[in-house]
Amino acid sequence: MIKALFEYQFLQNAFLSSILASVVCGIIGVIIVEKKLVMMSGGIAHTSYGGVGLGYLLGFEPIIGAFLFSICAALGIGCIKRKSSTHTDVIIGLFWSLGMALGILFIALMPGYPPDLSSYLFGSILSVTKADLYLMISLTFIVVLVIIVLFNDWKAYLFDEEFASIIGIKTAFLEYLLLVLIAMTVVVLIRVVGIILVLALLTAPAASAGMLTSNLKKRMLYAVIFGNIFCLAGLWISYKINIASGASIVILSIICYFLLYTLRFIFKLRPYSHRQD
Amino acid sequence: MRDAYAKNLNAVHIDNLSVYYGQTPAITGVCLDVHDGEYLGIIGPNGGGKSTLLKAILGLVPISAGTVQIYGNNTNKKTALVGYVPQFVILNRKFPISLVDVVLTGRLKQGLSPFFTFTQKDKEKAFEILEKVGLLSLANRQIAELSGGEFQKMLIARALAVNPRLLLLDEPTASVDAVSREQIYSLLSELNKNKTIILVTHDLLAVSSQVHSLACLNGNLIYHGEPELTENIVNNLYGCPVDLIAHGVPHRVLRDHEEEKTVD
Ligand SMILES: Nc1ncnc2c1ncn2[C@@H]1O[C@H](COP(=O)(O)OP(=O)(O)OP(=O)(O)O)[C@@H](O)[C@H]1O
Ligand SMILES: [Mg+2]
Repeated sequence: MIKALFEYQFLQNAFLSSILASVVCGIIGVIIVEKKLVMMSGGIAHTSYGGVGLGYLLGFEPIIGAFLFSICAALGIGCIKRKSSTHTDVIIGLFWSLGMALGILFIALMPGYPPDLSSYLFGSILSVTKADLYLMISLTFIVVLVIIVLFNDWKAYLFDEEFASIIGIKTAFLEYLLLVLIAMTVVVLIRVVGIILVLALLTAPAASAGMLTSNLKKRMLYAVIFGNIFCLAGLWISYKINIASGASIVILSIICYFLLYTLRFIFKLRPYSHRQD
Repeated sequence: MRDAYAKNLNAVHIDNLSVYYGQTPAITGVCLDVHDGEYLGIIGPNGGGKSTLLKAILGLVPISAGTVQIYGNNTNKKTALVGYVPQFVILNRKFPISLVDVVLTGRLKQGLSPFFTFTQKDKEKAFEILEKVGLLSLANRQIAELSGGEFQKMLIARALAVNPRLLLLDEPTASVDAVSREQIYSLLSELNKNKTIILVTHDLLAVSSQVHSLACLNGNLIYHGEPELTENIVNNLYGCPVDLIAHGVPHRVLRDHEEEKTVD
C-alpha cells in the first residue's frame, strides 16, 4: 500500500482525509463526550442528509448541501433549546428525522435514476476528491484554531457554564460556536465514515483516550492519535478487502475501545487485589 | 463606577422584586438594600426563595417584576465583580480538570480572551486561596477524586479567585465538617474587611455569631435588620420556634423567648 500511496492520487487524498478526520474527531470528540452532546452531534449529522439530497436535486456539490444543513441544524437546535423549555432530546429527535426525511424527499423528486447515496451514508474514503479535500482542510483548520485560541475559556465553559457566565464569559456565544464546530466536524467526517457512522468516530477515540489520562489537553492529543490509528488502519483494510471505509474504521475503533477497556479492567484489578491481601 | 459608588453606597439594591417559575411565585415584592461592606445572613425555610434571590441578584433567573442593581448597575451588565458559591452544582464530576485548574478559572477575564494564559500572579493567587481554605495539599488532584466537602471548599476557593467585591454564598457549609466550617467562617469574616458578603444558611448558630445583619425570607421578606430574632419573626418564618431552640440557638438570637419556652 505504501508504494501505491505514492502512485495514486486517490490514495493520497484518502490518507490526508484520514488525518484531517482524526484531528477534528479527537478534539471535538473529547468535548462532546464530556459535555454529553453525543446525541446532539448525531442529530446534526443526520440532518445533513437533507442537504445531500438537496445538492443532488439542484445539482450542486452534495457536501456543500450537507455543510449548510448541518450548520442550520446546529443553530436551530441551539436556538430552540435556549428559547423554549422543550427537552433537548425531543428537538434533536425531530431534526434528526426531518433531515433524513427531506433527504429522501429531495432524492425522490430528482428526475431519472436515483444516485447511489451509500458513499454519504457509510463513507467512501477512497473516492475523496480534491474539492472535498479543500473543504476538509479549511474546516479542520477553523475547528482547531477556534479551540486552541480560546482554550481556557472553553475549559471554564465546559466545566461550569453557570460560573463562566457569572464571571462574564460569553457563554451563549460559546454554546452556538461549539454547535457550529460540531457541524463542521460532522462535514469533515461524512466523507470518511459517512453520516450514519459519524458517532462512532466522535466517541471511540475520545472514550479510549479518556481511559488513559485525565488531563483535558492530553486527552485531546491522545484522541487524535487514536483517531489516526483507527482511520489509517481502517483505510488500509478498506483498500485491501474493498469494503466501505466507514464500516472498517468504525468496527476497528470499537474493537480497540473494548480491547482497551478490557486491558484496563485487568490492570485495574491487580492493585485492588494486592490491597486486599 | 466611582460615580455610582458616590451616589449610593449600596452593594445590592433590590426594589419590589418578584420571581416566578412559570405560574409558581418563588419570591414576591422583595425590597432589600445591602450596604457596601455589609455581612448579610439570609435564613428561611426550605423553598423560601433564598437561592432564587441569589440567582436573581446574579441574573441567572429571569426577573418577573422589579429591579436588581449591583453597585448601581443592572445585573445584565457584568461590571461589578461578583463571586458565587452555588448550593447545588449540577456539574460533571468526572470532568478532566484538576482542583487548581478549577480555581484558576476564576481568574479568567470577562468576554472572550484569545490566547489567554494564566500569569505567575494568577497561579500564586490560586495557591494562596487554596491554602486559606485548606486544600493546598490536594491542589493537583483531579476533581473526580475529591470528597463532597472538598468539592464544596473548592467552589468557595474558585469564587474567591475572582477577587470579587461582592460574595454570594448559598449554604457553603452544608457538607463540610466542624473544623472546616470554623475555617470557612473565620475566612469569611476576614474577607468581610474589604468585601460585601451575602450568606444563605440554615446554620442559625452562625447567623447569630457571624453576620452583621439578617434577612428572613419566606416567599416575601419577613424581616431585615439586626441579627436578633424575635419570637414573632420566627413564628412567621417557620411556624415552630421550639424546633429552633432544640437546635441550640443561643439566647442572643431569640431575644424575647421566655423561660417556659424550652423543649418539651
Ligand atoms: N427551577 C425551578 N422551577 C420551578 N420552580 C422552582 C425552581 N427552582 C425553585 N423553584 C421553586 O421556587 C421556590 C423557592 O425555591 P428556592 O430554591 O429559592 O428555595 P430555597 O429558599 O433556596 O430553599 P432551600 O432551603 O431548600 O435551599 C420553591 O417553592 C421551589 O419549589
Ligand atoms: Mg436553596
